[in-house]
Amino acid sequence: MNEQTPKERRIILKHADDPTYSNRISCYLREGGYEVLKKAFGMKPEEVGEEVLKSGVRGRGGAGFPAGMKWKFLDRKSGKPIYLICNADESEPGTFKDRQIMYKDPHQLIEGMMIAAYAIGAKQAFIYIRAEFHEGARILNQAITEAKENGYCGDNILGSEYSCDLVVHRGAGAYICGEETGLIESLEGKRPNPRIKPPYFPAVLGLYQCPTIVNNVETLCNVRHIIEMGGEEFSKIGKPNNTGTRIWCVSGQVMKPGYYEFECGALTMGQLIFDVCGGLLPGRSLKAVIPGGSSAKVLRADERFTGTLKDGSEFDWGLEDIPLDFDGPMAAGSMSGSGGIIVMDDTVDIVEAMANINAFYAHESCGQCTPCREGSLWMRKITQRMCSGGAREEDADLLLSVAKQIEGRTICAFGEAAAWPTQSFVTKFKDDFIKKASESSDDRNPQTLQLI
Amino acid sequence: MENSLKLSDQTLSKIDEVVPKYPEKRSAALMVIHLVQDELGAVNDLACEWIAQRLNLQPINIKELITFYPMLREKPWGRKHVRVCRTLPCALRGSYATCKTFEKKFGVKEGHVREDGEYSLEFMECLADCGQGPVVIVDEKTYENIEGERADSFADLLLDGKLENSEQFKSYEDSLIEGE
Repeated sequence: MNEQTPKERRIILKHADDPTYSNRISCYLREGGYEVLKKAFGMKPEEVGEEVLKSGVRGRGGAGFPAGMKWKFLDRKSGKPIYLICNADESEPGTFKDRQIMYKDPHQLIEGMMIAAYAIGAKQAFIYIRAEFHEGARILNQAITEAKENGYCGDNILGSEYSCDLVVHRGAGAYICGEETGLIESLEGKRPNPRIKPPYFPAVLGLYQCPTIVNNVETLCNVRHIIEMGGEEFSKIGKPNNTGTRIWCVSGQVMKPGYYEFECGALTMGQLIFDVCGGLLPGRSLKAVIPGGSSAKVLRADERFTGTLKDGSEFDWGLEDIPLDFDGPMAAGSMSGSGGIIVMDDTVDIVEAMANINAFYAHESCGQCTPCREGSLWMRKITQRMCSGGAREEDADLLLSVAKQIEGRTICAFGEAAAWPTQSFVTKFKDDFIKKASESSDDRNPQTLQLI
Repeated sequence: MENSLKLSDQTLSKIDEVVPKYPEKRSAALMVIHLVQDELGAVNDLACEWIAQRLNLQPINIKELITFYPMLREKPWGRKHVRVCRTLPCALRGSYATCKTFEKKFGVKEGHVREDGEYSLEFMECLADCGQGPVVIVDEKTYENIEGERADSFADLLLDGKLENSEQFKSYEDSLIEGE
């Protein structure tokens, strides 16, 4: 590995792959577990919230909204019960970090949740976990039982007046349940059709129309570390406006795909792919990277990214120079989203990759808004036809026109999530899309994998 | 009217345990459906009506969930249900070929149950283990890097009933560190 490449800094995944560390409470307590909960309970709830605000921690689920700010929006005057929900639906293609936390260190999440619940005054807390994580739900339930036996969760936490039950709720395989208002509908026992904002901001009108905070697994784990070290100290990790660590999930065509935790902004995309992940497969060159889960706009290997950052400094980056934090991929016109980095090399048929992504969104659209329901289906049909010998030169523009009619015309951000891949793939690789019309199956590189 | 659905005492007691955990009964719908489906393999109309009664809902309130969520079933899968991830990160490691191998080996098309009811195959969307694709789930266990020749031997071991104890393929769940 290149000497200049920084080392991982594992805060959230500190114990994840320790061979002496199981997911039982004895291991967690051995490593100082639930001591931070005691510290938090010695503070006033609003002081805990202040520390989280000071830390600057941004949500790790995809949107990157400051968590402390989200908590501030909570409607405390309504007199209605307050709920806390952990979004453990982890379903953005390319993302597999929350799985590691829940399977390998579930008590970290429970401690973070109980601190958050105390801070916001939650009456009850839920973990909404995707149903494919069968064992994950079992592990969490076992951990909750252990935590309750020790007084860290449930009735009269740490002997105090404060009680908060924690319930594990399983989804049933729908991507849309990762959208917070869709998740809430699902938790109410309904189809997960997202709600329109305004007025249905969860912090005001959430679960059962009560004030509700929905945070991602990694975000809630961060709460534990923020209270341990103090908000200001935490804010020194990473960079201003990009505080803490991030777990980057690398998938696709690299030698060592996997999850890697670094301080925000500590390394570049090039360092992650070529040093940390051991580079590309032998003899391949880089074609494209999706930096933040499949909804994020694709980045071309030979693109230049220029502009001015928030601090006024100018930048001129190639793909490999993009700093890995929240603001870097955003400045490059995409987003770091949920941290899922999908790498594609020169053997990839870009139209097939597009067709693969379109099939995902067509399958997962909840069907509530016409532009998304119909548009995602048409984008799938068009790209699928293009990949089965029926491509026409005008398809590229047709795809762009369908995508444009979805973006901004739907109740939830799924519309953008479905439109952005098409808009970026077709615009940036237009030649590949146009060339498809004159290609025959004989032109196919024998190393090219089938993607649709 | 009395509903004639028969469920084991174990499932019934689990249902009785889960329903009161929620401030509103309807919230328990997915969890109750899971419990019923775990026992019966699917949720037919009779089961829909039973669940609706249990939660003071109309049968349509349950039916609309069964027909929406991909993992809820009106008809059961096979005795062994194999899921292969289709989404881009796994496809970039060869999941389409893995699915084809399985179709041939198990004698069933993806999305279907073999005629004798032994095997079913599902080519499904992202299973959130993208770093070790192609990802395969057999019943409740997750297996990683199932591609090329490994997919062939994986299928053979499964067909011989030797997958569970095989040295070559240890599931993600079985690889977790054990101990108190």
